[in-house]
Amino acid sequence: MKPRRVWAIARKEFIHVRRDPRSLGMAIAIPMLLLVLFGYALTLDVDNVPLIVWDQSQSHASREFISRFGASRYFSLRAYAQSYRDLERAVDSANALAGLVIPRDFARDIEAGRGASVQLIVDGSDSNTATLAMGYADVVVQTYSQEVAIEARQRLGGARLRPPLDVQPRVWFNPDLESKNYIIPGLIAVIMMVIAALLTSLTVAREWERGTMEQLISTPVKGSELILGKLLPYFTIGMLDVVLAVLMGEFLFHVPLRGNVALLLGMGAIFLAGALSLGMVISIVTMSQLLASQLAMVFTFLPSFLLSGFMYAIGNMPTAIQVLTYLIPSRHFVALLKGIYLKGVGLEVLAVEAVLLACFGVAMMALAILRFEKKLV
Amino acid sequence: MFERIKPMLVKEFIQLLRDPKMRGVLFLMPIIQVLVFGYAVTTDVKHVATGVYDLDKSVASRELIARFVKSGYFDIVEYVGDDDRARDLLDRGKALLVLRMNKGFEDELRGGRSAALQIILDGTDSNTAGVVLNYSAKIAERFSQEVLLTRFPRLKAMSANPGGVELRTRAWFNENLESRNFYVPGVIAVIVLLITLMLTSMAVVREKEIGTIEQIMVTPITPLEFILGKTVPFALVGFGDVLLITVIAVLWFEVPIRGSLLLLVFATALYLMTTLGIGLFISTVSETQQQAMMTVFFFYLPAVLLSGFMFPIANMPMIVQWLTYLNPLRHFLVIVRGIFLKGVGPAILWPQLLALGVTGVITLWLASRRFQKTLA
Repeated sequence: MKPRRVWAIARKEFIHVRRDPRSLGMAIAIPMLLLVLFGYALTLDVDNVPLIVWDQSQSHASREFISRFGASRYFSLRAYAQSYRDLERAVDSANALAGLVIPRDFARDIEAGRGASVQLIVDGSDSNTATLAMGYADVVVQTYSQEVAIEARQRLGGARLRPPLDVQPRVWFNPDLESKNYIIPGLIAVIMMVIAALLTSLTVAREWERGTMEQLISTPVKGSELILGKLLPYFTIGMLDVVLAVLMGEFLFHVPLRGNVALLLGMGAIFLAGALSLGMVISIVTMSQLLASQLAMVFTFLPSFLLSGFMYAIGNMPTAIQVLTYLIPSRHFVALLKGIYLKGVGLEVLAVEAVLLACFGVAMMALAILRFEKKLV
Repeated sequence: MFERIKPMLVKEFIQLLRDPKMRGVLFLMPIIQVLVFGYAVTTDVKHVATGVYDLDKSVASRELIARFVKSGYFDIVEYVGDDDRARDLLDRGKALLVLRMNKGFEDELRGGRSAALQIILDGTDSNTAGVVLNYSAKIAERFSQEVLLTRFPRLKAMSANPGGVELRTRAWFNENLESRNFYVPGVIAVIVLLITLMLTSMAVVREKEIGTIEQIMVTPITPLEFILGKTVPFALVGFGDVLLITVIAVLWFEVPIRGSLLLLVFATALYLMTTLGIGLFISTVSETQQQAMMTVFFFYLPAVLLSGFMFPIANMPMIVQWLTYLNPLRHFLVIVRGIFLKGVGPAILWPQLLALGVTGVITLWLASRRFQKTLA
């Protein structure tokens, strides 16, 4: 392998990139735009669940009870239903995600100390939101009950009661439980993976489709030199994206970066090399731009989104799929990013992930070089 | 007119299905997506890896730990002996939370004072953390209640929940709150969007890039016929994928389908008008396949993420929420989930159907106008 020949190919690719400023612009602008858009728009926090109430009791007690829901930031009281049909319709058309039914005898039961029961109907289609909404409703009702109960007991026992078990939660790494703090590092991984693979997935296929590969074959350049030369310009663009993304995380979204920046960038470089090589392998195998781009999307977007632990905890998946996730580079990169960003840990904890990420990069590059055949087909 | 479209359709089908790898992408990709969403994507929080840091080692502390285990939500992975180890468990992500009880836990309880249960929680994934906190609060609450009852036996005379309110929750449409019922029908909308966008936009641009579009222009085919020839095959592929995913969803994953299949087909047709229109539009503004692909990606990712497919729209900033009304995927998702889970019909879904119809007509009209200009 001669550096001079690698450089010649790299220069040729740089010129290609420069000649198509729109693609270059998109390669840099798309990740940034996506990060801004999603950083602001995407949140898994569930608050302001739209609620509709059917208050059959129409009493002081029921209104006091309903106001607890209205005051909680988790619910936003949208409407009062006059009948069960009303409530049903609101939930059917998704105007409300939850409906609260207060029985006719609510006030009487509360005053008599018998204990009342209310019904909460939740739109279960989105199971995640539904689970959280049910949990919040539980807390609102518990608090209300506790107050009623303690009042009753004080009337009975006289003394002021304190709950025997005092739960003291301490949340580490992300004390305010802001979903932004783990969505942004995860997004960096997903966007980089997709952009990197898309960038390179067309390069070899394009040469085949346009027939320029024949000209390259007639030159003395070797397969490995061609691959490396083609990777270089895209690696530069990708690293620029990584640096910009980290800067945006810091200055725009204020995601705490507790670990080492150099380690972050180093891992970013390894990840990028692997993702770019994956795109290259796809390009070499398919030899068609349409097919290559489809495959690049399939192999990168979905796995890095769903199976990387970015959004869905890997621990909850079936074992077979858990094993599969080890093959997905984004999984390791997401773990590294979260570790470096939020936990502030270094290689002493993240060594396994770093090694696996490097293995993926080396394997993909080797595969690209092995699969590439410099002959006419 | 038809005798001119027919050869064009045949040509497109041959070109599309010639490559066995392409056939794989068209029909295997939807299957893989459905399987991934059906099996891997779950937001249910169960079997949370838990560390226990019990400094009291008493009957009471063990009893409380047993409550956590019995709930089924917590799996104990390790009993730790010191702070460093607890910190290490959380750092490495081996445990999501550590329950800590200090020395004197039992004495405090016995003495009628408040005993402290510390929960140290990894908040990295804020959503899971919130759910875990909720679970622990409930378990602690019940434990408290029982201790109170033993302290004040008089309370037993009253009902178990004296004067309080009992909440009875029921989830409609998805009684067991299974994530797969939410995601699997949604895959229909996402897959159809990706496949039709990519196929239409790149099929046209490829002809431009290779130069074969000039050969087509010298044939007597009219622009409208050309557009039909470039969209109908992909529309058929889209329908095929919808059918395929529906069959897998219903037969394999047992996702209920409570509404009308006919309505689903009709809504798909409206939706395909929009996606094919956008695909054509992208093809008119792109010179190379690379540009077309980047543009498709630029449209596709926001469309998926801002559709309510994974992230609830109600939580987005107001401006973004307004923007999502322009997103055809949003409307189609409401329809698909409405048909599958809620079993509702046009009486409730008409606003979404109308929105899809309008965007479909507008995008197709715009695209074909631009298209005729580029061809001429």
